[in-house]
Amino acid sequence: MNSATWYGLVGAALAGIGLYGLIVHPHALRKILSFNLLGAGVFLIAGVVARRGAAAGLPGDPVLQGLVITGIIVAFAATALAVALLLRLAETAHTASLAEAALDRQREPVAGSDPAGGRTGSTG
Amino acid sequence: MPMQDATTAGGAWLVLALVVPVAGLLLALLLGGRGAQRIALLALPPGAVAVAAVVMHLVESGEAVVYQLGGWPPPLGIVLRADGLSAAMMAMTVVVLAAVALYARADFSAPSGQLESRRPFVFWTLLLGVWAALLVVFLAGDLFTLYVALELVAFSAVPLVCLDGRAETLQAALRYLLYALAGSVLYLVGAVLIYGGYGTLDIGRLAQAARADTVTVIAVALMTAGLLAKTALFPLHLWLPPAHAGAPAAASALLSGLVIKGSFFIVIRLWLDAFGSVMTPAAAQLLAALGAGAIVVGSVVALQQARLKLMVAYSTVAQIGYLFLMFPLVLGAASAGAAAAAVAGGLLQAISHATAKAAMFMAAGLVYAALGHDRVADLRGAARALPLTIAAFALSGIALIGLPPAGGFLAKWLLLTSALESAQWWWVVVIALGGLLTAAYVFLVLSKALTTTAEPVVITPVPRSSEVIVLALAIISALLGVAALAPLDLVLIGRAEVMSGAR
Repeated sequence: MNSATWYGLVGAALAGIGLYGLIVHPHALRKILSFNLLGAGVFLIAGVVARRGAAAGLPGDPVLQGLVITGIIVAFAATALAVALLLRLAETAHTASLAEAALDRQREPVAGSDPAGGRTGSTG
Repeated sequence: MPMQDATTAGGAWLVLALVVPVAGLLLALLLGGRGAQRIALLALPPGAVAVAAVVMHLVESGEAVVYQLGGWPPPLGIVLRADGLSAAMMAMTVVVLAAVALYARADFSAPSGQLESRRPFVFWTLLLGVWAALLVVFLAGDLFTLYVALELVAFSAVPLVCLDGRAETLQAALRYLLYALAGSVLYLVGAVLIYGGYGTLDIGRLAQAARADTVTVIAVALMTAGLLAKTALFPLHLWLPPAHAGAPAAASALLSGLVIKGSFFIVIRLWLDAFGSVMTPAAAQLLAALGAGAIVVGSVVALQQARLKLMVAYSTVAQIGYLFLMFPLVLGAASAGAAAAAVAGGLLQAISHATAKAAMFMAAGLVYAALGHDRVADLRGAARALPLTIAAFALSGIALIGLPPAGGFLAKWLLLTSALESAQWWWVVVIALGGLLTAAYVFLVLSKALTTTAEPVVITPVPRSSEVIVLALAIISALLGVAALAPLDLVLIGRAEVMSGAR
């Protein structure tokens, strides 16, 4: 087994673990971390595919390097946005779960103070 | 025959069409606060002019309008390319954006003399962001630019969901973001595999070289799965109703009318343009089967909703399904002409839904603002209190059901005809059933709203200008069937080589 195959398999495994976590965990932070794991796996696979440029005497295909760098920047920005949303959610609703029941559970102690139905769909 | 890569006459208009929203976005960020609204509204006329110029050049030359960035030809360089499909989508985007922007002046103004708040600033910058990102989607000539455009769309759209910062909307936004991120990673890995297999990401070059090998099948499957998650095609639709229904009405109109069309457009590029020659009708049947599932499940759930905005959001889930019915009809078509009619039908459905659904969400927003609630059961007397708004709702409903002369009628007519011609009768059943179910939930709302009450309903006055704008957009969607007789040819411009490569 050469190193490219090895890296490819590791990338595939990382992507698999990440996708599993992204689908299964209800906790948003775990989902965000899983997304990053999935991203890492995909970038590794892109690195392996970039080896095809090695035939032309280059260390790696520059187009794929460009793809990976852009992908990393996007993943970084996306993670920042997701964490910012999560922090606001935790502040507002005291939960970090994406399960809908989590909001209701948090609301129970203050039931009656917030007409839950009345404000959905506000037009501003 | 290689595709046209060199800059054509009018190519500079493509750049201008992109520069206007992007420059507006940057300026809005710089000036902040009250400037953002003024910039967004000022940017709309030049943006519309640029799009109109592109359409004119396209019709005049009968060929795609191309601009080569930096003079570098593909595969090294990238091109902006507007064919008939992109031109029609761009025109639709500008019309809907203009209506939403004029409507949103009432909800997202930052009048001088009051403390400025973050809400209007964020809304107007994101509106410019959605505009810029969608134009990149429609103009991109290669799969990687499409990836970047997809991300721009998602990042502009997600914060629109939680503009009012309630816990439910924050949760909906986060869920939407995670779906979108998973979708774009799947798209990216597909793009990487395709580059590994073909050594290019340029759509024209891929169409020439396309072959039905394992790499292509896996890559297209991954990319399609990712795009479906972003388009919210059943069964990946779960994020959509809370996100679209919870957002403020103007934001819902952008999200439901325009944003989901971005990822749908990339599915067209992938399935019909880049790999049209190797896609099997069987695979397309699967895609359309998901669409049929969306139509039935979305419509049935919409019928059960007690709240107007959620009903409209589930209606979006159902209408997305229609968009995917075009794929087996195009790929299974007997002749190039029949395939072209199916493409036109699918595109018209997208345009018709964009205008109708944007009008419908804004009408629902006005109903909520006037009555203080949007419970369908308590809408009695609404038509007397808000005649213009309920008329707009009815007209956009007509467009969704597909009654003549709405665009939806022509779209469904084209889809029905090509389904019959290619002997795929089961899609005829789905289209007819979907139309009946749509009629059921539209009439459910209208029958309540048109019931008179003994004493007049007390309402909070809503701006007359907003009502007029919503009605105007609804009228456009209800008359699209007449206007769209010409664009049938428009959508085929610049696609001859792509489609003949596919047959």
